[in-house]
Amino acid sequence: MSPAAPPRRVLAWSVPVLAALIGLPFVVPPYQTVLLSYGLVLAIAALGFNLLLGYTGLLSFGHSAYFGVGAYAVAFIVKYMKLESMEAFLVGGILASGAVAAIFGLLCVRYTKIFFGILTMALSQVLWSLAFKFFWVTGGSDGLRVPTPTLLGGLVRAGNDKFEFLSHRYYFYVLAIFVVSVVIMWVIVHSPFGRALQAIRDNETRAEFVGVQVWHYRWVAFLISGMFTGLAGALWVPLNGLTTPDILHWTFSGKMVFFTVLGGFQTFFGPIVGAIIFNYLETYAVGHTVYWQMVLGIVLVVLVLALPAGIVGTLRRLLPRPARAV
Amino acid sequence: MSVDLLKTTQLTKSFGDTHAVDHVDFTVAAGEVLALIGSNGAGKTTLINLISGLIAPDSGRVDFQGSDITRASTHRKIGLGIARSFQLVNLFDQLSVQDNVTLAIFSREGRTRRLFSLADADTAVRDEGAVVLKQFGLDGRAGEPAGGLSQGERKLLDVAVAYALRPKLLFLDEPTSGVSTREKAPIMDIITQVVRSGGITAVIVEHDMDVVFTYCPRIVAMHQGTILADGTPEQIRSNEQVTANMLGTRTG
Repeated sequence: MSPAAPPRRVLAWSVPVLAALIGLPFVVPPYQTVLLSYGLVLAIAALGFNLLLGYTGLLSFGHSAYFGVGAYAVAFIVKYMKLESMEAFLVGGILASGAVAAIFGLLCVRYTKIFFGILTMALSQVLWSLAFKFFWVTGGSDGLRVPTPTLLGGLVRAGNDKFEFLSHRYYFYVLAIFVVSVVIMWVIVHSPFGRALQAIRDNETRAEFVGVQVWHYRWVAFLISGMFTGLAGALWVPLNGLTTPDILHWTFSGKMVFFTVLGGFQTFFGPIVGAIIFNYLETYAVGHTVYWQMVLGIVLVVLVLALPAGIVGTLRRLLPRPARAV
Repeated sequence: MSVDLLKTTQLTKSFGDTHAVDHVDFTVAAGEVLALIGSNGAGKTTLINLISGLIAPDSGRVDFQGSDITRASTHRKIGLGIARSFQLVNLFDQLSVQDNVTLAIFSREGRTRRLFSLADADTAVRDEGAVVLKQFGLDGRAGEPAGGLSQGERKLLDVAVAYALRPKLLFLDEPTSGVSTREKAPIMDIITQVVRSGGITAVIVEHDMDVVFTYCPRIVAMHQGTILADGTPEQIRSNEQVTANMLGTRTG
């Protein structure tokens, strides 16, 4: 089944969901909106990641690289250019992660399957070790601090209460960028280009024989994927207030793989749902037990065994599906 | 006398000690529908693979419309108008039947580079895809995933995807292999009719002699990597070398 869903059906439930997301900060405690902001940011990363996994058939184990480059680009902009505009951070994060993805992509897209995965992982580990060792530039394991930014070219400022800023103004900022990202990615995967990617995923040889230059398309997908993930990294830094080498480590790439599979990589919205749920799972497990990694592991094993198609994939199977318009 | 659409000169490919294609001179004139026959291992599929670009020849050359394309990329060959279908069906299984065909159309029109327009909103491509599916009798299955079709339908779709590229020269590698005898004639009826009405030059690789003699006015017989005979069905039937090597007991 094509992952496409008719737009009208998507709008039927996405508009109420969006309305709920907009209303949320007025109902729930501020801590919850900050937590959800983290989830939305990870969802943008997942969206980028899944362009490669779900649509192009390439499993990257090195997407921490682009998230991390996005985040460190912001920290460098603060450190060396003394800027505090969020828009500058976003542009910087996207451009930097795009540049790195363009170069890494050239090396990686000539391979597939496990070779692709290992190569992406190895390259991301190179960045991790650089961030770790070049402490006079990157702060080493202490990382780099990032102050609260100004939004919309200085129109919206943080004021004294940083938490209030993050739980309201910054939440809406993240939400707006999240929605724009979802719309752009939705259009990309439903474009003729997106079809070509899916064709490559299904049958590389035949794709070549209908005139699709496979490695070229894979590279563009890799580039877009890296830029989305880098955007997520840039949005994440102000929430965290600090960037450390952890986010460049391959285990963070593993998390991206996990929440994408958890949500269902064969669906468009699966990775988004997976990222948000994973974020809650992890946060609550960490907050309630010192054995949080074990708890998380067990929960995830059970979920994956019980729902091999992922959360959204399983829901789609259970819910009655209206006849598809042809 | 028209120029040959395709011409191979001393085309050669060996796999180890096996001469799969051995100094083959082979021509195809524009507009004809010809069959390439031969027993297993005769070199038919290898010859097609060499011309279409799946594998590179050891020596020799391939000319298409008078220009050398021996070392041209697959992409360039498709751009020039050489398309093929596959013996072992090669489809985009998770895409719908309709999307398999429209992808070929998008690609042919150079529109697969478009990132920011919706594929389904392109009505010209959709309509053309619908026409192609109707020609191949697959219009009833347009919305199904290609992976869910029967073997006979899959064989037809494989040809339809290649046909949607509107090639000048179309290679069909055993379009009826793997389907029941009963299904062969309907499939060949559809394919030959579509190909002829589209004015497409076609080379059909086939095992089944009955199919070949019925549908193809020119037959090229291969044996051990070389061309054994080239002529009309009557000439091929009465050729002693062919009967000895391929038709065997069936005509004896």
